[in-house]
Amino acid sequence: MAKIIVVTSGKGGVGKTTTSASISTGLARRGHKTVVIDFDVGLRNLDLIMNCERRVVYDFVNVIQGEASLNQALIRDKRVDTLYILPASQTREKEALTREGVEKIINELSRTFDYIVCDSPAGIEHGALMALYYADEAIVVTNPEVSSVRDSDRILGILQSKSRRAELGQDPVKEHLLLTRYNPVRVEKGEMLSVADVEEILAIPLLGVIPESQVVLNSSNQGMPVILEDESDAGQAYEDAVARLLGEEREHRFMTSQKKGFFSRMFKG
Amino acid sequence: MTDSATTGTHHCFQLKGANVAMTALELHFFDTEAFEDTLRDKIRQAPGFFRDIPLILALEKYEGLTTELDFFQIIGICRRHSIHVVAIRGGNEDQRRLARNASLALLPATTQREQPVAADTPEEPAAVAETEATVTSGPVAAKIINQTVRSGQQVYAPEGDLVILAPVQAGAEVLAAGNIHVYGPLRGRALAGVHGQESARVFCQSLEAELVSIAGHYKISEDLQDHGWKTAVQIQLRDDLLVVTPLEKA
Repeated sequence: MAKIIVVTSGKGGVGKTTTSASISTGLARRGHKTVVIDFDVGLRNLDLIMNCERRVVYDFVNVIQGEASLNQALIRDKRVDTLYILPASQTREKEALTREGVEKIINELSRTFDYIVCDSPAGIEHGALMALYYADEAIVVTNPEVSSVRDSDRILGILQSKSRRAELGQDPVKEHLLLTRYNPVRVEKGEMLSVADVEEILAIPLLGVIPESQVVLNSSNQGMPVILEDESDAGQAYEDAVARLLGEEREHRFMTSQKKGFFSRMFKG
Repeated sequence: MTDSATTGTHHCFQLKGANVAMTALELHFFDTEAFEDTLRDKIRQAPGFFRDIPLILALEKYEGLTTELDFFQIIGICRRHSIHVVAIRGGNEDQRRLARNASLALLPATTQREQPVAADTPEEPAAVAETEATVTSGPVAAKIINQTVRSGQQVYAPEGDLVILAPVQAGAEVLAAGNIHVYGPLRGRALAGVHGQESARVFCQSLEAELVSIAGHYKISEDLQDHGWKTAVQIQLRDDLLVVTPLEKA
């Protein structure tokens, strides 16, 4: 049975798709057979970030509606051969995602994959609810600002009450906090919430802190998951997050050491 | 999730749980004149309160004869004073049959013994997946919540106290007929004494609330920040004013 992980946030533009791409790539790179599903029907982005948009023939909705088989729709990643992408439909309505249809596909993928990563759309509407419904674990992507934290809190409440695990009274969905676009300098100036602030408010375990970085933007534009930028701090931060997701102990980086580095550089210059 | 979320069909209506504070008239015996005199007297004390309210006729303490219980008379008297009798509560089989004939709704008798709280909690769309326990020491069970009440969630204790052993987040709402205890920061809205119990209090370990209300008297975040903000406090009603006092360590 595959482990189903939803990447969600409530708020838009915080880095869900970037995170889905990197986490799934990271899991696959460690040899786990992984599929990443784009639930953002109508606004597909994941295939762009994974650089496979020109290879999309059939999509998630086609498979749900029986117009294509899963094997026809799954796109194998060119860089990591244990990674597959199930793209979203650009043209259909989001109502095309029925609970029964999604369940059928997830069950089928569960038989052959180790990890199923669900890239949720923003908001708390139908698409987002479908993306989180079957989850075993949730990565809640949050930016260090008040409205993002509030929306994450809302999503955590929905995970506790509207997921399949909640409805069946099973163990709750395992929650992870991933803080993205973190800028220690702006935290220092009081323009951003600190890691401690966000952890205190949301009160869920911290999976990682991804520093704000030009590398994230560049690699997204080039269709390259950030985690493959091994030299960059953002890439390393995602690699750490994947390791923690798999149960390894890793010290958190890029929250204080980075800050010190920056200031020592300032004082030297 | 409702059906419409998965099928996309639109229904004519949707049923939702609702909680309304209602007034119950506890009837001891019925005599037309005595009833109307008492009612008139009560209304004179608070004319605004009784205008067009729904009323429940509680029969648990009724000691008179069933034959004297004329629901049509009672409804008529109440109607003359702009009060609408909507239901009876309790009563024996004969009394309930008479009430049904008078087109009144029938509510079960409330016993003062505790009842399973979960059973009569209406299904809220975003209700917390509750891991709750009931306290059996008091006459009315307190509702105990062990997990964080998140933004958009609502927890309601319709009879007794509400005890929350976790944070109440901004955008969340907790309500109780009695007191509310929050063993964590209170960042959302807390409404104690929702049925009008003015002695109800709110206790919290850190006051960061959006709103605190006791028996309908409320203060919003802006007005709360001058006293005890972000500290352990209790809030109570004194002369129609909410008073915040620090919780002294004993």
